[in-house]
Parts: sequence; structure tokens; C-alpha cells
Amino acid sequence: MEVLSYLIPISLLLGGVGLVAFIYTVRTNQYDDPEGDARRILNDDWDDHPKP
Amino acid sequence: MTAAIRPSISACPACVAAPGAQALAEQGLHKDARIALSLPTIHCSACISTVERSLAAVPGVKSARVNLTLKRATIEAEVGVTPDQLVTLLRQTGYEAHELDAGTLSLTQNDKVGRDLLMRMAVSGFAMMNVMLLSVAVWSGATDATRDLFHWISAAIALPTLAFSGVPFYKSAWSALRVRRSNMDVPIVTALLLAVVASIWETALSGHHAYFDAAVALVFFLLTGRYLDHRTRAIARSAAQELSALEVPRATALRDGAEVVMPVADLRIGDLILVRPGGRMPVDGVITEGRSEIDRSLLTGETLPVFAEPGRPVSAGEVNLTGPLTIRATAVGRETSLHRMADLVAIAESGRSRYTSLADSTAKYYTPGVLFLSVASFIGWYLYSADMRTALNIAAAVLIITCPCALGLAVPAVTTAASGKLFRRGMLIKDATALERLAKVDTVVFDKTGTLTAGTPELVNLSDHSPRDLAIALALAEGSSHPLSVSLAAAARAAGIAPAPITELTEVPGYGTKGLWQGQPVRLGRASWTGAVPGAETAAWLAIGTETPRAFTFTDRLRPGAAEAVRNLMAKGIRVLLISGDSAAVVEALARRLGIPEWLAESLPAEKAARITALQDEGRHVLMVGDGLNDTAALTAANVSISPASALDAARVASDIVLLGSDLSPIADAVTTAQSAVRRIRENFNIATLYNVIAVPIAIAGFATPLVAALAMSSSSITVALNAIRLK
Repeated sequence: MEVLSYLIPISLLLGGVGLVAFIYTVRTNQYDDPEGDARRILNDDWDDHPKP
Repeated sequence: MTAAIRPSISACPACVAAPGAQALAEQGLHKDARIALSLPTIHCSACISTVERSLAAVPGVKSARVNLTLKRATIEAEVGVTPDQLVTLLRQTGYEAHELDAGTLSLTQNDKVGRDLLMRMAVSGFAMMNVMLLSVAVWSGATDATRDLFHWISAAIALPTLAFSGVPFYKSAWSALRVRRSNMDVPIVTALLLAVVASIWETALSGHHAYFDAAVALVFFLLTGRYLDHRTRAIARSAAQELSALEVPRATALRDGAEVVMPVADLRIGDLILVRPGGRMPVDGVITEGRSEIDRSLLTGETLPVFAEPGRPVSAGEVNLTGPLTIRATAVGRETSLHRMADLVAIAESGRSRYTSLADSTAKYYTPGVLFLSVASFIGWYLYSADMRTALNIAAAVLIITCPCALGLAVPAVTTAASGKLFRRGMLIKDATALERLAKVDTVVFDKTGTLTAGTPELVNLSDHSPRDLAIALALAEGSSHPLSVSLAAAARAAGIAPAPITELTEVPGYGTKGLWQGQPVRLGRASWTGAVPGAETAAWLAIGTETPRAFTFTDRLRPGAAEAVRNLMAKGIRVLLISGDSAAVVEALARRLGIPEWLAESLPAEKAARITALQDEGRHVLMVGDGLNDTAALTAANVSISPASALDAARVASDIVLLGSDLSPIADAVTTAQSAVRRIRENFNIATLYNVIAVPIAIAGFATPLVAALAMSSSSITVALNAIRLK
């Protein structure tokens, strides 16, 4: 059962990373335009070089 | 950003000349720095990059970002860039664009409440999954030290989560308790607190049952319901606000002989204001220059345009039809007749404030019942076993199991599904309880002008005229942009008429157009100007030389779907009335045409509202459909109200539902959808009650375990959600 002392912190840590990532996406307005963001992937404007 | 803009202030010569203007310019700067455009036709990734690229290429534009979900572009630009310039540019690239008033929009820019709810929901969802993981281990047989450890870890996750995610419920319960009332959140908060206290106590004594998972799951499910509910209304609200933002409150004033475009709010009494044909009067005033005709239909419901000449007073909201007018402002802002009319709305008792929502009326019986059951089982078990711990545990189990998880989802799940369905049909539900009120409707009152009719005239007697007259009338009509001329020209063209050759064609604003045809003077216009006797109908008269003038009569074009909406409503057994401010003959003709048995003409705004109140006193539930300023009081007084998107802003604000398209036929369907939505809500309440009938005896008997609670809670919530989806 000692394995629990590793696994439980790991599971909590991974869950916490997910939560922090989600909070980051909400804070940076990433849910404002879901439809547009889905289409922007298909946009080839900056395929050759990154946006300056 | 401010630092980058500052140099351009000193670059503005007027500001240097007048240092006091600096603050003013800065204000204007911040307003002008962000431009919002509505782009109704964009739909693909190519559209996004084309629009963004062409906007970014304009000198002075700092950044341009398209939001495809809202079909809107936000542009950060320097002062010199005007919205008109960008709109024209986009039109050239092939995209329809309209300026949006940034001030009106900023209200919805950041949906703080929605974001807050989403964050709390995410945290509780994360905590629920982790606690559930540990709980499953306990349920499947973890014992002794392992179980205690798992319970403590659960507590460590659940307590901060409940403290953060439960805030909306604590606030709502507290605000209800403070005024000595109860709502759905009171038993929820009691259940949460009791579950936490009992579970910590159990864990400390290394007991078997802890309800941390149930408490967190309860919060998560309830927040999901709240978020759905909020989201539906936020979408409707932002769409409604976009409609308002399309009318940019700006006017052209004449100051020291120069034309200045300024916000309507800055106009002063005595200002000279230029109103172009097609423009709306921004303030009350007196005409000082120009002749034209004025459409007052939004204020009074009259369809016949009124002749306008210097000296005639005009009210804010009237539309100038033919010639440019200069008016001197006599009342601005809150003093205008438009605002005085809006005060009528404040006086009219609102139909919606008298309504108690289904959820509230259920909570009224539910809350005391649940609390009573819980207290009773606590006392019963305490007397029976004389063990405080057992008694508290069972009381907590009863509260958790009866707790209105399914009840919390019952209403929002259905309203979300129904609002989504109606939104796709072009209806915006602005108010949370609008659907419930709409379901009860048994009387519908329609306004005439602009609601049942489109407000555009239609030629009636084309076949009465000879081809020669039609050819002359067509040629004269094409020289004017007056609505009657436009309609006449379109009808004649459609009939295959070619315009007669006419020389010296001139438009006389306010009267009509005249010219020379084969050496004879010809005129098309008002009755008095052409030498005819005016009749009751809307008509344009054609005078050729000395011949008797001929009348081209018009009727107001029916809005698409109007006949269908009236027919379907009557087929459902709903009483339909037509109440209008227009003259009796016109109203009667329309009522006959649509088969509406009851009509009332020449009604003043207050009379409309009074008639609706009288109907309500007869025990009727009234739906008012109207668009004008003269309808706002009636829209407020009615149990539920609908206005078309073309309505005046004040009317849209006063109504619960806004029709986005020009078609009226969704109204009858909306009533059907609302009725089936309310049926689903009642079913959901029954499902939730059924679960309680089964689970409560188990809990009171002391057989409930956290596993039973979790199963009951999840399965009832899922059943309720599935039942709501069935609406489609």
C-alpha cells in the first residue's frame, strides 16, 4: 500500500495542473470566439513565417 | 496604450489652441480608439483573414480582430480613422458592415458573472472527480487507516472547494434569510453545512460514512444548472444589445455655420440640427428650414406621412422622409417627448413583476418540507438511540438525498433547450420567466403599423390606370426617394411599364415631383398640390395638364407571416385583438383582411395599456406584440410581450422577447414551444419528487449510505437533463 503515498499526490498534482491550465484559458479570453478559433486553424496566412 | 496615443493629442491643432479642450479630446479619444463593426455575412476562415487583412492595411489602424461567433470586428485605431471609412472599405471587399455603438456594447464586453460561474463550476468539477475517485476506493472496501486517510484527503479537497464554489448559494440564501424569506438555496446551504459538519465528525472518529463527495457533486450539478441558465440569457442579452448598438446616437449639428457630427447626448437647447432624408429626429424641435414629409408611425401608429414646413414642431423619434430639414432643438435628453413617453412605462404596472416563477412557487412548499423532514428525523433518532452522532448523520443523509439537485436542473435544462430552439427560429428570449408566462397566454393583442404591417406601402389599384398614365407616373416616381414613389416605381416596373420621356423633372420636398411631358406640366404628389380632394386612403395623385387628377392608392404591406400567425393563434383557441393608433377605416380594413374579429382604432398610448389591464382584470393572460413608442406602456403592462427587431429601442427594451427576422409566423410556434417547455418542467418536478418518495424513507430509516446518495443524485439529475433534451 506504500505506492499510495506516491500515487495520490501524483493524481492530485495532475488534476491541479489541468485546473490551473483551465483557469489560465478562461483568464486569457480563449472561450470568447470558439467558432472563429476553430476556423483560424485552416488559415494559411502565417504558414511560411511566424507573425511578426 | 495611453502613452502611445498622447503625442497625437498635441498633434491636434484645436487642442493646442484651447488647452481646456484637452480633457474633452482625451475623452473622445478613448471613445474613438475602439471601433466595433457588425459583420452579419461573414462565415468562413477566408472571411476572417480577408476582413482582418484589409482592415489592418488602413493607415492608422493598430489592430483588427474578427470574432466569428459574434460576427463582429473590433478595431483599435488612431483618432483620424472613422467608422464610416472602414464600413465603406469592407463594402468594397464584399462584406456587409454596420457600425456598432461601442458605449452600448461595452456593457456586454466582459461577461463577468458568466466567467465567475464558469470558474466556480470548473473548480467544483475538478474537486468532484478527485473526491469521487477516493470515495470509490472507500466504497469498494478500503478500511481502517486507508479509509481514514482517504476521508481526510477528501476533506482537504472538499472544504476549500465548497468555500469557493458555493459562494453564489451562500449569498442567495443569506439575502433571502435576511428579509425573513426562504428560497431554494436555503435547504441547499443547510445540506452543505450539515454534510460537512457530520462528515468531519465521522472522519475524526474514523467512522464509515463521509458525504464529502455528495456535497461537492451537489455544488457541481447546481452550478451547471446556473451556468446553463446564465449562458442562455447572456446570449439573448448580447444579441439584443447588438440591435441597440446598431443605432449610433449621433447627430449633425450646425455650429458657427459648420457641420459638426456629435453624440446626441451633447446637444443643447437652441442648437440647429440637420436631419437628412431617412434620418430620425434626435431631439424635440421646431423646423427652421426645409420642406419634407414626416413619418410619425413609431410614435402614434399613423401610416399617413405628415407634411412638414418651417414652424412646425417635431418630436424625437419621427423619421424625415423626403427633403433635408434643419430643426432648432427645443427639448433635449430626458425632456424630449420620447422620454416622457418612456415615463408612462414606469407608471404602468409591469405584468412580469406580478409573476412568481414555477421554481419559486415549488420552493415555497419544498423548502419547509425538506427542513421539517430533516429536523424530524434528527429528533426521532436522537430520542430512539440517544446518540447525537447517529442522529446528525441521518439528518445529513436526509437533507443530501432530498436536496434539489434535480430540482435545480429542472428549470434551466428545459429553458436552455427551449430558448435554443426558439433562437434558431429567430426569437430572442430576454427574460428568464418569459417562457412560463408565454405558455399561459390566452389573448394576443397586436399593434398595427410596423407590427402586422411592414411599414412599407404597396400599390393597390395598378390595373385601374392606363399604360400612358403609368408610364408618366413611373417617370415621375423615379425622381424621388419617398416611400410611396419607390413602391409605385417598383410596381410599375414589375408590370413591364417603361418610363415616359419627361423633361425638367424636379422634386419639391414635402409635395411631390413635377416635370414636362409633351409640353404639358405633369405632377405626382400630395392631393392638395395636384388639385385633388384628399380621401381617407394613403394615395399619391397624378395630374396631367388640366385633366382630372388620378389617385394611386396604397395599402400598408403585410409583414410576412402575419396572416399565418393570426390564423394559427386563432386555431389554437386564442383570442386575438388589434389595437392601433391609426384611423378607424384603415384599422377596420386590416382587421377584415386578417380575419381579426375585435379591433380598436385611434387609441392613445395610455388607452392601449388600459385596455390590456381591463383584459387582465377579466382573468386573461395577455401577450402584447408591438413595435412603437406608443406601445411601450402596453408592452410593459401585458403579461408577456414581443417586439420585432425593427421596433424602436424603447419598445425592444420593454418587451420580453425580440423577433429577429421580419417573419411573424414564429409567434404561434413560440406559444406551442413554451407550452411544451412548461409541461417538461412539470414532468421534471415530478421525476425529482418521485426520486424523493423512494429515497427519503430509505434515508429516514437509516439505510442510506454515501453510495446510495451519490447514485440517487446523479441518476435523478441525468434523467431530468435527458427529459429536457426531449423537447427538440
